[in-house]
Amino acid sequence: MAKELLKGNHAFAEAAIRAGVEAFYGYPITPSTEFLEYMSRRMPSLGRAFVQAESEVSAINMVYGAACTGKRVMTASSSPGVSLMMEGISYIAGTEVPAVVVNVMRGGPGLGNIAPSQGDYYQMVKGGGHGDYFPIVLAPASVQEAIDYIGLAFDLAEKYRSIVHVIVDGNMGQMMEPAELPPMKDIPEKVPDWAVSGAKGRDPNNLTSIYIDPEDEEVTNLRLLKRWKEIEKNEVIFDEVEVEDAEILVIGFGTAGRVASSAIREAREEGIKAGLLRPITLAPFPQDRLLELTKQVKRILVVEMNSGMMLDDVMKIVQGRVPVEFYGRMGGVTPLPDEILDELRRVSANKDPGADDPRDEWIPRLEKKILGDK
Amino acid sequence: MVSTTAEVIYQRPESFSDVHTHYCPGCTHGVAHRLIAEVIDEMGLREKTIGVAPVGCSVFAYKYFNMDFVEAAHGRAPAMATGIKRVLPKNTIFTYQGDGDLASIGMAEIMHAAARGENISVIFINNAIYGMTGGQMAPTTLPGMKTTSSPFGRDVELAGYPIRMAEILATLDGTGYVVRRSLHNAANIRKSKKAIRMAFETQERGLGFSMVELLSSCPTNWKISTQDSLTFIEEQMVPLFPLGDYKVVPALASLKV
Repeated sequence: MAKELLKGNHAFAEAAIRAGVEAFYGYPITPSTEFLEYMSRRMPSLGRAFVQAESEVSAINMVYGAACTGKRVMTASSSPGVSLMMEGISYIAGTEVPAVVVNVMRGGPGLGNIAPSQGDYYQMVKGGGHGDYFPIVLAPASVQEAIDYIGLAFDLAEKYRSIVHVIVDGNMGQMMEPAELPPMKDIPEKVPDWAVSGAKGRDPNNLTSIYIDPEDEEVTNLRLLKRWKEIEKNEVIFDEVEVEDAEILVIGFGTAGRVASSAIREAREEGIKAGLLRPITLAPFPQDRLLELTKQVKRILVVEMNSGMMLDDVMKIVQGRVPVEFYGRMGGVTPLPDEILDELRRVSANKDPGADDPRDEWIPRLEKKILGDK
Repeated sequence: MVSTTAEVIYQRPESFSDVHTHYCPGCTHGVAHRLIAEVIDEMGLREKTIGVAPVGCSVFAYKYFNMDFVEAAHGRAPAMATGIKRVLPKNTIFTYQGDGDLASIGMAEIMHAAARGENISVIFINNAIYGMTGGQMAPTTLPGMKTTSSPFGRDVELAGYPIRMAEILATLDGTGYVVRRSLHNAANIRKSKKAIRMAFETQERGLGFSMVELLSSCPTNWKISTQDSLTFIEEQMVPLFPLGDYKVVPALASLKV
């Protein structure tokens, strides 16, 4: 199939349809609303389920219900909506049923704004809902990548009976890019043996997240943890730009990583040997690759559209082997390539061992940038 | 000569699992469960039914029904049932919910499931109290009724008034069958069973949302005897929550069960 000019949210929705999603339940919220609108037209025309729920709480519980039938099901929302969904996400994780949640992230906390952000890193990567569980988190950086990884998200959800989050920021939901959609996948007729479908000719299936005896719950927690260890072993995905001879390693995901790759190309022209590690699975994080690169690079610059959330994971892995610096924009501000280029120039000249918390050095730089000499 | 052929006239329904329940003595959950199981057997629906259990005393309902079941988050059973029914429209989907679940934390879910005319059946157990958490005030607690969170009796000035769900839901165009019955004596139990049958008939005919509200007992948390509990339903609850048919769509009116 040829490339077409596609709007992010529309492309993600169509990618899910072609991956065989049989139900979409959602609630309007900027900047993900076009996803729901697209589904409201396409799903009924294909004889598939669509409901505009009364709230994100209801939407995710509809997803939970359909997930129990073993059919491909998803929702898409944006930060405040995903906060409301955390109840159902925890139940989905506890019941070990597959489902995909797309979060088109916006500025926060609270009502925040509708501009692009990566401020939900902790919420999406570290769990967000209550209890011991481990979501798989994919963070694509282009419309094409999102199309590809939404398909993968369903495969991973089913392979591990897990919740899978696809997180993009408002830029990616709203922008138009040339991209190619995959062919339409056939919907499998066979129902997974654990799913509810009516107990015809078999013992009943009961799907629940309650284990009233703590020892039983602990066995479940252990099963989820061991499954997560398998996921960490098998499912790490990342992208790299110019890392072969890099002395400065930039680490950024999604839009921040993409902007950084532009800055890196310009920095190379100035003779700054910079490279990019862009985690695509934020969970599981590409920690082995990062550890390997700490043997090669002299400094690390983490770039995010938040206050340094992935930074904490990077620091935990690097453990002082290489000085780590940070540059972030918050509140729905997307950094420009020139800002990151300036950072690369600064970092390449910096011989300081670096602060214990790289944010301590970044805060005054950001304040100066925002406030100027006021 | 007298015939000696034995005939089974009463047995455990196939839809009812052969296990002991965890319900307290005198609680009417067991009666309600059995009526549902009998109806599902009689209609031959067991192998295509998926039940949705609530959070509350009946959180383990799935253990007592011999059929596929899922366990919802508190109040979300109608949303979960919607999610299932929309992808499995030929299956029979019912929720079983208490008053805290349905009329408090799950108010949005029940109202909108009914408004959308979801083709599901809801069995609503109204015993005017939170059972599982140990007897707190429910949205259906009677004015003046003492609970662990209304220790001086429900003061309507501070805690408002009980909610009559059957009446409210009957106003919604998406509903096909909405009635209130009671489980306080044999005659009313028989009427309750007929209503449950009608609710499932509504779903099988695709006539929209159906709900049977069942006035039920909770002697443990009401802190009265099992016999007094049944009297309490009859004398205190029925006047406040009148029994009756609040919505029966014309297509059901001629149906005799």
